[in-house]
Amino acid sequence: MAQPLVKKDDDRDDEEYSPFLGIEKGAVLQEARVFNDPQLDARRCSQVITKLLYLLNQGETFTKIEATEVFFSVTKLFQSRDIGLRRMVYLMIKELSPSADEVIIVTSSLMKDMNSRTDMYRANAIRVLCRITDGTLLTQIERYLKQAIVDKNPVVASAALVSGIHLLQTNPEIVKRWSNEVQEAVQSRAALVQFHALALLHQIRQNDRLAVSKLVTSLTKGTVRSPLAQCLLIRYTSQVIRESGVNTQTGDRPFYDYLEGCLRHKAEMVIFEAARAITVLSGVTTRELTPAITVLQLFLSSSKPVLRFAAVRTLNKVAMTHPMAVTNCNIDMESLISDQNRSIATLAITTLLKTGNESSVDRLMKQITNFMSDIADEFKIVVVDAIRSLCLKFPLKYRSLMNFLSNILREEGGFEYKKAIVDSIVILIRDIPDAKESGLLHLCEFIEDCEFTYLSTQILHFLGNEGPKTSDPSKYIRYIYNRVILENATVRASAVSTLAKFGAMIDSLKPRIFILLRRCLFDNDDEVRDRATLYLNTLGGDGSVVETDKDVKEFLFGSLDIPLTNMETSLKNYIQNPSEEPFDINSVPKEVKSQPLVEKKAPGKKPTGLGAPPTGPTSTADTYERILSSIPEFTSFGKLFKSSAPVELTEAETEYAVNVVKHIFDRHVVFQYNCTNTIPEQLLENVFVIVDASEAEEFSEVGSKPLKSLPYDTPGQTFVAFEKPEGVPAVGKFSNMLRFTVKEVDTSTGEAEDDGVEDEYQLEDFEVVAADYMVKVGVSNFRNAWESMGPDFERIDEYGLGPRESLAEAVSTVINLLGMQPCEGTEVVPSNSRSHSCLLSGLYIGNMKVLVRLSFGIDASKEVAMKLAVRSEDENVSDTIHDIVASG
Amino acid sequence: MATFLSREVCPTIKNILLLDSEGKRVAVKYYSNDWPTNSAKLAFEKSVFTKTQKTNARTEEIAMLENNIIVYRFVQDLHFFVTGGDDENELILATVLHGFFDAVTLILRNNVEQREALENLDLILLCLDEIVDGGMILETDGSIIAGKAATNSNMDDGASLSEQVNVKWLYAFFPFLGRTVCFGRRE
Repeated sequence: MAQPLVKKDDDRDDEEYSPFLGIEKGAVLQEARVFNDPQLDARRCSQVITKLLYLLNQGETFTKIEATEVFFSVTKLFQSRDIGLRRMVYLMIKELSPSADEVIIVTSSLMKDMNSRTDMYRANAIRVLCRITDGTLLTQIERYLKQAIVDKNPVVASAALVSGIHLLQTNPEIVKRWSNEVQEAVQSRAALVQFHALALLHQIRQNDRLAVSKLVTSLTKGTVRSPLAQCLLIRYTSQVIRESGVNTQTGDRPFYDYLEGCLRHKAEMVIFEAARAITVLSGVTTRELTPAITVLQLFLSSSKPVLRFAAVRTLNKVAMTHPMAVTNCNIDMESLISDQNRSIATLAITTLLKTGNESSVDRLMKQITNFMSDIADEFKIVVVDAIRSLCLKFPLKYRSLMNFLSNILREEGGFEYKKAIVDSIVILIRDIPDAKESGLLHLCEFIEDCEFTYLSTQILHFLGNEGPKTSDPSKYIRYIYNRVILENATVRASAVSTLAKFGAMIDSLKPRIFILLRRCLFDNDDEVRDRATLYLNTLGGDGSVVETDKDVKEFLFGSLDIPLTNMETSLKNYIQNPSEEPFDINSVPKEVKSQPLVEKKAPGKKPTGLGAPPTGPTSTADTYERILSSIPEFTSFGKLFKSSAPVELTEAETEYAVNVVKHIFDRHVVFQYNCTNTIPEQLLENVFVIVDASEAEEFSEVGSKPLKSLPYDTPGQTFVAFEKPEGVPAVGKFSNMLRFTVKEVDTSTGEAEDDGVEDEYQLEDFEVVAADYMVKVGVSNFRNAWESMGPDFERIDEYGLGPRESLAEAVSTVINLLGMQPCEGTEVVPSNSRSHSCLLSGLYIGNMKVLVRLSFGIDASKEVAMKLAVRSEDENVSDTIHDIVASG
Repeated sequence: MATFLSREVCPTIKNILLLDSEGKRVAVKYYSNDWPTNSAKLAFEKSVFTKTQKTNARTEEIAMLENNIIVYRFVQDLHFFVTGGDDENELILATVLHGFFDAVTLILRNNVEQREALENLDLILLCLDEIVDGGMILETDGSIIAGKAATNSNMDDGASLSEQVNVKWLYAFFPFLGRTVCFGRRE
């Protein structure tokens, strides 16, 4: 610790000395009586005020009476002509924030000071008066404030302008009348006056887009002296750019030249502000990014930590969207791993992990290993998350990354950190089949010495589901049974369940599992014994090797298809009304009330591994499947093939927010409309969607499920089902109308009126496209998969894609069109490259594996050509892929 | 809502803290409502202090805490902090810290330590008042800030008068004095 640095121990004999030692509120309030003396001692009064301010600063509070008393006596001090004392009086009044009737007492004194010849009086009196005043008084002093804005003295002008900025929040109509004076102040020669004037002028005009645009246009051409004002102007300019959009015809962006020019400003503050503004431009191109990245790269090797931090933090954000643009900085970034400032080091590491290519992974991991030991948990979690995404990007590298995760799992760390690692391993196991065995073993080793019950039980649950499907399940039994011997009751119970799952799935292990389960019958915990008994009976505990019943498997592995909240309510009711009849689980309503829309809140977020206790890992797909299977009308449709991401059917912030999720089945499509009512005064009832499928000829409506009621701010779902030809990727456009009955709600009581009015609400159209029939499924080794698929149903063709904005844009368009999973990080196009290969894999409806190789080339006139090679298990599927591209 | 958003566009300072070597307050000023109660403020100060304690911030350092950016600098037993929002320009915050630090150095006539600071608490409070007003940056030049605070010190006091003249004289002729002083200290 750097403690010795702060103590000078040689001449510090009276170390505890403080001028405020032993200060006490009551005594100081007594002392404040000197304010009332007829002969004021200015110096003494100043000291007392300092003491009062000290008390307030230390968090002491005055009662209402005390504050009023102090306030009144302080106002007496206006008699003194001592400048220093007056300054302290101003400070004191601001700290006391007097009430409206008290303000009147000082108003005249302050107004006198506002017109004083002393600049310092004028400036401070303005700030104090504007701080404590209310609207009525403001009209009286408005004239002086307008004068002050254009005062020759910059301090006075700034004081008036800054006060204007604060007053705009409470009295906008008055401040808006000062526009002319403020405009004049923008031209001031004093740097800070210009800054304050610009800030106020922009706030006055902010709702008038045209005026803001004009302001920016004129100022970007002129000279803005203050660096702070320049920063403001950059922010306003980016706002204007955001609202105007790119001029796509010429590819030029308005005001880009100005931002780029600011990169050569002499103040670092301005350079950085401009660089940052460029990196967040929507749809920024590589050409636009380059100069900004270059200056940030220079900052990386600055001697000032603040500059390094600012640069690396910005580059870290850029790396999320444009990883290739940041690769030039990798060498500078690597030297930052050893930076004294650990925040900088962590940001550098995570940036490197985002931009790194396959070949640099091993080297990077080595550097990180040394680094991990001396940073705090919160930084470690960030690093773990970055490593997880890196591993998903380069599945071939799973071995070294998985090793790294297992190593850090063994080291010291808190719960959150350990949970992040376990979550990551679980996700890797799920997404990279090759990593499963080693991942599970790492987890097994971890629970051998895990102090967190929560993590142990989650891992055991996961192990029960995944372990039996591995090549040698028996090796996990030892780890599981060790838990039964060594752990607390919760973990023991969960280990028993896991054992039972192994027994149910693997018939050859059954006799041995039974022996272990029987031992558990003597456990000293009820739950453990109960579980053991239950499983022994359901699995047929006579020790013979028999095949497990389907029902039993369903019982062991199936998740509870009833919402837990419903279950809880039903059970509570049952207990309150005791009856002879046993509780019937079928009586619990399956309808999902106010299903929280996880996927809407966190678009694109991976479902976290152990996020949903106690049912263990679930994904959005599972959630959908459960919702759909709870609706009897749809159960006959078979297995859900794919659910699309939600498509918004309303603009943001409209009365009703609706999005649709397309569920694809073999012969059916179900549209799930997620509706949210954003009007507190309304209750919607009998909500349903009328779908016009006249532009989707192959579809015919077979059923719908309206939503009974949709209260304010509680999302609800209504469904419409269509039939379509089997296995055919039928496409079409659907137009939608939301119908409902509106009832007025008294917001104070929350009660709805009895009578409602029928109403309807037009929603936007959406389409079912070919990509909806494709599930993203990655393969860890594309070459192997490609070879083993064989060339039997290979279809190759070439396409001209016409002029495109860039190669990267063309690549991502095709990927989105096909809706397939890019493999091995090939979706990222290096900047300035003329050609690119992209590997895709997916599962087409009918469970057909499809692999695609795309080769792109771009010429000088930005014409893009593409070669498309498809391999699949069926020639029709291969042809269909070509059809999709040809018609897209 | 719109006005609120626009305030976001403007560089905003959330607080300025001057703590001693044990993390206790010497002088603090909060401009945002992120910490509504005194206990919330104290908790924030404590976590800032513990988080930065291990560093040797003889020049400006920087850290992130609870979605805030904190720039800081330590001299002897005084710890200077300036806090801004998550997406604030780090260099603007550093400029404010610089101004505050220079002003205090000038006011304490180079004796930047806790006892001296407490004895001149009135001037330090005036400094804080001159740097930021309700979150808006008022002035960032340390010598001007110190000049404004010191001009107002007791006029009838002989010592203060000469000191005031000194400061005025100094910043009139050596506008970068504040910086030179700090560099001299570091050696």
